[in-house]
Amino acid sequence: MARRYSVQRQRGFTLIALFCFVLLYLPMVTLVAYAFNAGISTSNWEGVSLRWFHAAAANERIIDATLRSLTIAPIAGLIATVAATMAALATTRTAPYPGLTFKYAFINQPLMVPEIVTAVALLVVFSQVKVWTGYSGLGYLIAAHTAFCIPFAYLPIKARLETMDLTLERAAADLYARPWMVFRRVTLPLLWPGILAGFMLAFVVSLDDVVITEFVKSAGQETLPTYMLGQLRRQATPEMNAISTVFLGLSIAVVTLFFFLSRRKD
Amino acid sequence: MAGANRGITDLTAGKIAIKARGITKVFHGAGNAAFKALDRVSVSIRENEFFTLLGPSGCGKTTLLRLIAGFEYPDEGEILLDGKDIALLTPHQRPVNTVFQSYALFPHMTVGENIGFGLEMLGKPRREIAARVDEMLRLVRMEALKDRRTSQISGGQQQRVALARALAPQPKVLLLDEPLSALDYKLRKEMQVELKRLQHETGITFIFVTHDQEEALTMSDRIAVMSGGSILQVGTPREIYDSPDKRFVADFIGEANFLPATVLSASGDAAKVALGAGAEIVAGLPHGERPDGKVTVMVRPEHAEIASGTSGATLAGTLESAVYLGTDTHLNVRLGDGSSFVVRRQNDRCTEAGFVPGMPIGVLIRDGAAQVLKY
Ligand SMILES: Nc1ncnc2c1ncn2[C@@H]1O[C@H](COP(=O)(O)OP(=O)(O)OP(=O)(O)O)[C@@H](O)[C@H]1O
Ligand SMILES: [Mg+2]
Repeated sequence: MARRYSVQRQRGFTLIALFCFVLLYLPMVTLVAYAFNAGISTSNWEGVSLRWFHAAAANERIIDATLRSLTIAPIAGLIATVAATMAALATTRTAPYPGLTFKYAFINQPLMVPEIVTAVALLVVFSQVKVWTGYSGLGYLIAAHTAFCIPFAYLPIKARLETMDLTLERAAADLYARPWMVFRRVTLPLLWPGILAGFMLAFVVSLDDVVITEFVKSAGQETLPTYMLGQLRRQATPEMNAISTVFLGLSIAVVTLFFFLSRRKD
Repeated sequence: MAGANRGITDLTAGKIAIKARGITKVFHGAGNAAFKALDRVSVSIRENEFFTLLGPSGCGKTTLLRLIAGFEYPDEGEILLDGKDIALLTPHQRPVNTVFQSYALFPHMTVGENIGFGLEMLGKPRREIAARVDEMLRLVRMEALKDRRTSQISGGQQQRVALARALAPQPKVLLLDEPLSALDYKLRKEMQVELKRLQHETGITFIFVTHDQEEALTMSDRIAVMSGGSILQVGTPREIYDSPDKRFVADFIGEANFLPATVLSASGDAAKVALGAGAEIVAGLPHGERPDGKVTVMVRPEHAEIASGTSGATLAGTLESAVYLGTDTHLNVRLGDGSSFVVRRQNDRCTEAGFVPGMPIGVLIRDGAAQVLKY
């Protein structure tokens, strides 16, 4: 019975599914394939080679940008996760009150305001601050990334908190745990998969950002995505494909790692 | 049964463990509608007592328990534990532990770690904790499951772990909010016996919440019957069953017949009353009360009898139906004034009762079988 009405038997299902798969994965497959091209073109296949991986690994500007990206993402991800955890606790461990919905919107602002608006706003403000303080280090990028990473960390943590049984915390308090111990011994361990998911998301979103970074960065502060954008404006070589392929591999590794970490905790 | 080893003396003596005085709790719901969940509740619970809060859903049982545990704070009144007011202390400052209805076992800890949690938080030495956890596991007969995850044990076993966890820090008072309601019938009967045994062995005061009257009658030293945010009557199961002083109490526990009556004279704890139909009987009076004029008296179905003839009967009527229930028969009698009255008669194998619906029948209420109600 159930099979008869299965969505798979709807007319055109296979076609639509195929179309979506092609749209999602064909570009990636092409991208990865041309990373191994022996020639200099990203469209003419000239045989298999690892030359572009070697070229990328030897390119100091790429290494510099990668290191910068890998500095900003964990720091911004970490700060955002801590802030998001506190925000999630504050907005779920309370009876609903008028204005709570407004607070959700307030926290999730970066998801709703167009990124370009935030970028311009930050550019204006930070350039003023730069003049006043004379400081032009990585701090600006880290601050900006932290801000737009918060909602990405917040949402999975909040989702986890909402399904958590409040009685457990009450039981811990009943068994003589002070508020801090309740948090450390009961709330935190149970919340951990959500926190981990939040951090991973924030990390990836920071690693990936172009628009805000492009506006906020000082001279010479390229991150991997902005460097790639700059390179593409000049000449597209399979070197870009090689970097992207490594990037892709890294994200898959991170997500897989998270998957196993959270499963173990559950 | 459970009442057999209940010493009458320690029920009237005994130190007070918890004393609630004039507790009022108001909840402010949506739209600022205030709701009085508890209205000036006062009650004294003795040390080493199995005390039960009994009442219909929404009467405030859980609220009273939560106030004693510290999960809520009263708007008025005080809660004395060993003479000290604890009403405003946080839960971790009170030597009171709770067994939650949902058990609330920590899913990321083993059975042993769950049981040791309270002691650990109290900063007890590791060796002492280990010894006490083993002792608790023995007490609830769960030695073999110490290293299991709490998700890997059955509902009944989880119940035992929850009990052991709450008992391990040796609280002054243990609060149990309908701890048996999630268990099936057979397991529930088993756990009732188990709970009584644990209370006896540990000597800890138990405050037990249920809305199952049978459970309350068989397990409790004393019962407080609650309704609409107030305590209506406190007494031993026998007092509550035989001498309820309010109609609600009589109705909530067991079955009851209610008859209008007029008090003729009162002396001590009994009164001579005239029933509506004219007969005069001696009925018990509520504790310390001297009602006069029109009252209602209550008669339990099994405390009334069928008169052999209509001449010696207290009440006369016609038999409406006779329902055979195995151990006894329920006789529904329509009285002269149109109201109905139930008599419960124990069956035996030898005599055929010979009750025919429609036959005239007399009900006999012996002196002392009825109870005068306050209201
Ligand atoms: N946090 C709260 N906010 C508003 N009203 C509440 C709150 N907690 C309880 N109440 C109300 O107070 C009354 C008493 O609730 P309580 O939980 O004490 O009842 P109960 O006797 O334990 O009932 P049950 O047998 O169903 O568990 C109920 O009418 C309930 O709706
Ligand atoms: Mg309740």
